[in-house]
Amino acid sequence: MNDLSEQLRERVLAAAVDKQPLRIRGGGTKDFYGNPPEGELLETAGHAGIVAYEPTELVVTVRAGTRLAELEAALAEQGQMLAFEPPHFGGGERKSQPPHFGDATVGGCVAAGLSGPRRATAGAARDYVLGVKLLSGSGEILNFGGQVMKNVAGYDVSRLVTGAMGTLGLLLEVSLKVLPKPHAEATLRLELPQDKAIEAMNRWGGQPLPLSATCWNDGLLSVRLSGARAAVAAARERIGGEAVAGAEGFWRALREQQMDFFSGETALWRLSLPSKAAPLDLPGSPLIEWGGAQRWLKSDAPAAAMLREAAARAGGHATLFRGGDKSMGVFQPLPEPLLQIHRKLKRTFDPQGLFNPGRLYSGF
Amino acid sequence: MGASEEHRQLSEAEIARLIGGLRRILAADALLVEQEDLLPYECDGLTAYRQLPLLVALPTTEAQVVAVLKLCHELRVPLVARGAGTGLSGGATPVAHGVVLSLAKFMRILDIDPQSRTARVQPGVRNLAISEAVAPYGLYYAPDPSSQIACTIGGNVAENSGGVHCLKYGLTVHNVLRLRVALIDGTVVEVGTEALDSPGYDLLALMIGSEGMLGIVLEATVRLTPKPLLAQVVMASFDDVVKAGNAVADIIAAGIIPAGLEMMDKPATRAVEDYVHAGYDLSAEAILLAESDGTPEEVAEEIAAMCAVLEQSGATDIRVSRDEAERLKFWAGRKAAFPAVGRITPDYLCMDGTIPRKHLAQVLTRIAELAEEYQLRCANVFHAGDGNLHPLIMFDANKEGEVERATAYGGKILELSVQVGGTITGEHGVGIEKVGQMCAQFSKEELAAFHGVKAAFDERGLLNPGKAVPTPRRCSEYRLTGAAK
Repeated sequence: MNDLSEQLRERVLAAAVDKQPLRIRGGGTKDFYGNPPEGELLETAGHAGIVAYEPTELVVTVRAGTRLAELEAALAEQGQMLAFEPPHFGGGERKSQPPHFGDATVGGCVAAGLSGPRRATAGAARDYVLGVKLLSGSGEILNFGGQVMKNVAGYDVSRLVTGAMGTLGLLLEVSLKVLPKPHAEATLRLELPQDKAIEAMNRWGGQPLPLSATCWNDGLLSVRLSGARAAVAAARERIGGEAVAGAEGFWRALREQQMDFFSGETALWRLSLPSKAAPLDLPGSPLIEWGGAQRWLKSDAPAAAMLREAAARAGGHATLFRGGDKSMGVFQPLPEPLLQIHRKLKRTFDPQGLFNPGRLYSGF
Repeated sequence: MGASEEHRQLSEAEIARLIGGLRRILAADALLVEQEDLLPYECDGLTAYRQLPLLVALPTTEAQVVAVLKLCHELRVPLVARGAGTGLSGGATPVAHGVVLSLAKFMRILDIDPQSRTARVQPGVRNLAISEAVAPYGLYYAPDPSSQIACTIGGNVAENSGGVHCLKYGLTVHNVLRLRVALIDGTVVEVGTEALDSPGYDLLALMIGSEGMLGIVLEATVRLTPKPLLAQVVMASFDDVVKAGNAVADIIAAGIIPAGLEMMDKPATRAVEDYVHAGYDLSAEAILLAESDGTPEEVAEEIAAMCAVLEQSGATDIRVSRDEAERLKFWAGRKAAFPAVGRITPDYLCMDGTIPRKHLAQVLTRIAELAEEYQLRCANVFHAGDGNLHPLIMFDANKEGEVERATAYGGKILELSVQVGGTITGEHGVGIEKVGQMCAQFSKEELAAFHGVKAAFDERGLLNPGKAVPTPRRCSEYRLTGAAK
């Protein structure tokens, strides 16, 4: 396993001299996400390897180019996992064209900041990032956070760069909190219309139940329970519905967006809303996750502005996740004072604007 | 910026303009300028540092806060936000020639939404008051710092406060969804949303733990957690702290994340037992408290599993709380550890390093050696689950040289935490207390990045100047005086 920090640093220093923007890329599995990538390709996948893993400390430190699948396998050997269940994406194992399913890197996972089905109850990628080693736009190697669970020394830059789409620097290393895998898991399925499903998910969310994922689509609500055996058994009684055996594949397909719902060329929107928001009056049938807080919509019909306004009215925001017309930007526009702060933060970590220009918002 | 503003003295005319402006903004009783009125504000929970501010402003409305900020920004007057003043690192220590902005009057819980399990509160609402208000819905606010009876949510946001249950339930940053914040120029922004995320950089996470240096919290939406049906605690004794430390690792290796996992060494246990009579084993070198919560079935399963592990790990005595009263009694000792130590010594310093747990034995041994070197006593309480160590250094400020020795001893402990791969502060913040040790933990370039973050929000460096992030000059001095060795 290789430490390419020096080579990467030299590339960045050279780019700084030439004022050459760089497009940071791990496995390329999330190239579709965000605004179109620009700049000279800078690949990080060679900078790989698990630097330190202490199962009983619940912390793992990895180089950013490490394959996510490799990290997950190492954790699974110790009965542990990344609790935020990050999606890998990539073409899917059946397809022969790269990027492949197994190409996703830990750096890309943290830079994109995406979380999977467990997010509503276990927390997001940013909740599990404990520290980062970051290569700045000036070629400085900076350490923020650390390898311990509790750390309030300095501003929380580790979480700031999580989900920043690589615009604040090149991730060299990441330290993540890991958790034991649940002792037991069960999936239940109930027939419910959308409004009743949203109501039920919120009601259960307020009770001490070991929920670990929910998914509603087309009149069917799937509920995953994870935890101590006794807790899962007791919760099955409370929730009712029909037990589904062998549901791991279902939840994996949801996490990786390999379900039929996600296929096809129609634009895919992600609406992030307060969990109890009533069904939005928008064309197309949604797929709902995270207890109601994440709603996917496949639709070319509505104008971006209309979707964004609907999401904002409900207290959330909308992202053009896949496909569609990206010319208006894929992320919900920011109010001017926040945009100014973004620009200043960008200048602090990447004064020449080398990294992934425009990938998050146009102009930086 | 920063350092230069920090010590700038206002002219008589500027002070007159400031006070005149504030009188127009605030009610007569909401502006304190007389020395006797300022005295209660001269320090926070870190009483070793005291400084009278120029004045204290106690606004009651958002418009007043905004107006005070605009005025201070225009006149370039430094400003320190303050909640209940329970902080332990001097984050709310006033600046001479500066304003203390007290948010104590913002005490309203604005909205409780049991369906989406959130509460919208003003910054001066006490941590425990949230849990009390939402209890009828079977919910509570999970972070529970020991000062939770008094500390406010605004202060919790500033310090990213934890508590004894954060291994399982997270810190403040994991339990706040949205903040309404006033920037130094009076602009009001919202970071985070009532959804689970927001577009752009995670400014919500950046704001949490920023020690009042980036903005003033006007309102917070917090996430509420369903109250577990049952909680039970195991108390285990060990004849050796190393064995106790290993037992913690063994519990986690067994795939258990206890709701609370705390350790106390013998001096701490002694101090506590004399004070609250919690029934602790006084012969033990260390005792461990491990809590399980959830459904009765789940708790029974987990408690049995933990007892088996503890026995395997060499516990000399294991007791399981039989009822809620006994559970609270077992915890009472741990929760009273600070005041208990306060009873047996005129003064104490509470340190707050976090270490990778595997180095616990080495760190505790070194802390004991240093105690001899500095001729001071030290008791240790430990959030064992997440490696957050609170050595309590006992001293007598009235004895010649003891303050200096205690401070130097504490500094060594923090440097030791950094050396073993940990941090100088797990949950109390850097404040004024550990600003020197920041130079031991971060490089010049990293500190420059922090100053850049600060400037992105507060270019003139007016919010809480001199705290949390040292200037390069300060670090040169720190290194010169040999504190970092």
